[in-house]
Amino acid sequence: MSRRLLIAVLAVGALLMIFPFVWTFVTSITAGGDVLTTPRLIPEKAGLDGYRKLFEVLPFWRITLNSFVLAVVSTALLLITSSTAAYAFARLDFPGKNVVFVGYLATLMIPMQVLVVPLFIEIRAFDLVDTYASLIVPTIASAFGVFLLRQSVAVLPKELDEAAFVDGAGHIRIFLRITLPLIRPALVTYGLFAFMSSWNAFLWPLVVIRSREFMTLPLGLASLSGEYTVQWNAIMAGSVVSIVPILALYAVAQKHIVQSVAQAGLK
Amino acid sequence: MVGPRGVRKAGIVALFLLPSAVPLLLFTIAPMFGAAWISLHSWNLQSPMQWTGLDNFARLLGDADTRDALLHTLYFLALYLPLVYLLGLALAVGLNRRFPGRSLLRSMYFLPVVTSWVVVALTWKWLLNPANGLVNHVLESVGIPGPGWWASPGWAIPSAVVASVWKDAGFVMVILLAGLQSIPEEYLEAARLDGASAWQSFWRVTFPLLTPSSYFVVVISLISGFQVFDQIYVMTGGGPAGASRPLVEEIYDLTFRYGDAGGASALSLLLFALILVVTVVQQRLQRRWVTYV
Repeated sequence: MSRRLLIAVLAVGALLMIFPFVWTFVTSITAGGDVLTTPRLIPEKAGLDGYRKLFEVLPFWRITLNSFVLAVVSTALLLITSSTAAYAFARLDFPGKNVVFVGYLATLMIPMQVLVVPLFIEIRAFDLVDTYASLIVPTIASAFGVFLLRQSVAVLPKELDEAAFVDGAGHIRIFLRITLPLIRPALVTYGLFAFMSSWNAFLWPLVVIRSREFMTLPLGLASLSGEYTVQWNAIMAGSVVSIVPILALYAVAQKHIVQSVAQAGLK
Repeated sequence: MVGPRGVRKAGIVALFLLPSAVPLLLFTIAPMFGAAWISLHSWNLQSPMQWTGLDNFARLLGDADTRDALLHTLYFLALYLPLVYLLGLALAVGLNRRFPGRSLLRSMYFLPVVTSWVVVALTWKWLLNPANGLVNHVLESVGIPGPGWWASPGWAIPSAVVASVWKDAGFVMVILLAGLQSIPEEYLEAARLDGASAWQSFWRVTFPLLTPSSYFVVVISLISGFQVFDQIYVMTGGGPAGASRPLVEEIYDLTFRYGDAGGASALSLLLFALILVVTVVQQRLQRRWVTYV
């Protein structure tokens, strides 16, 4: 294939690839009745009907805020619990360390689907169904994060720690002042991954959340499409709201995001 | 005797380890054993559990709904895996060539990867709307009657496949691009000097050297494919009339629609075992087709 033809094909393909995003946006600003007639790239009557409807049917500000707070809190928790454990496995000596580490790795194999039923029962026993706490519970700690960060702690030169030791610093100080700053790239990569996973999560919120006030964006959007009178411009408006923060993140940290998705091997 | 220094050391280990160990124990390991325990009982989530041994497993293996859910999952995989792999491969090979604007095109192809499954599913549910969706509108304007897509039993799973391939092709592309970049330039140079055509050097040099990355893609895609749920649940709700219900939705329905926590737990363990077996088999088979340099 000639070089020019190849580039042309790839470019057209890329436009087709992002077209669904364009179409989502166009639909979201198409006024009321027009959505159901002939599809048009430039709506005959543009308007914010879709967005207005969205905020009428759902407590949409609150749902967006829920998604935000949840993503920030779970990312922070995951970064804290993963980095401390990473330090413990890479730098501390304690009996049974290898066994404990294998135990951590074993949890990586267990899929969410296996945990859903018993975890729901556990949450119910704690009387936490339909609360923010229930959303956070499965995202407090992750063996994947521990594994990823341990790698980056392990390759740091030990001499830095030893020098600090000689100066009288303890593990806590070394962890905070030396280790954390040095593994910042890994923290960013994993943090972005944690944020996106939380922002996009669906199965667990679907299981534990009943009321609209505690819904996250994916849950709220899915609930809209299940209604009898589907308002496509409202649904697409919600999709736009839910994509924009991720797009913004992608625009500023594309390299890290591509890396984190590739590293995680998760989609 | 543990002296004061030992106590202090244990305190440090606890401080660093417990923040992750406690939640993993409570919310991953305990529920895992919980699932095994519940699977041996008949339980509707309310009244006391009743020990039934392996009855749940025996019942599931002969159950028509379970068999259908397994078939839907396999059908999804059979369409999804080759399509997403071939598209990702084509993109990776094309975008491995140097030309201006290459990185822009790469980021455009990757964009769907970071979008949530719910948004992806809703977007395609709208594009593939049988009555007034854009795709059928375009098809009809060139004289092809559009199918019923997610609203018809025969097209429901293919519709979810379209959405999934669109979302994941960029992921496959990124993994395979990394593989392509690790192939030493000299190998392709040598093939060229020996008079190999572009086609020959792709199949004889590039593709074999890409098999480790391909293996990774196949393993990851099979695992996520067996767990397919979000996109189908949002696009079709498993319908019409259960025609597209995958295994994970069957687990969900058994628990929350039919109050059969025992059956749901048993099915989740069977799914887990199935994924494990498939992964181990691939690990064994890889020696036959994966080329390591």
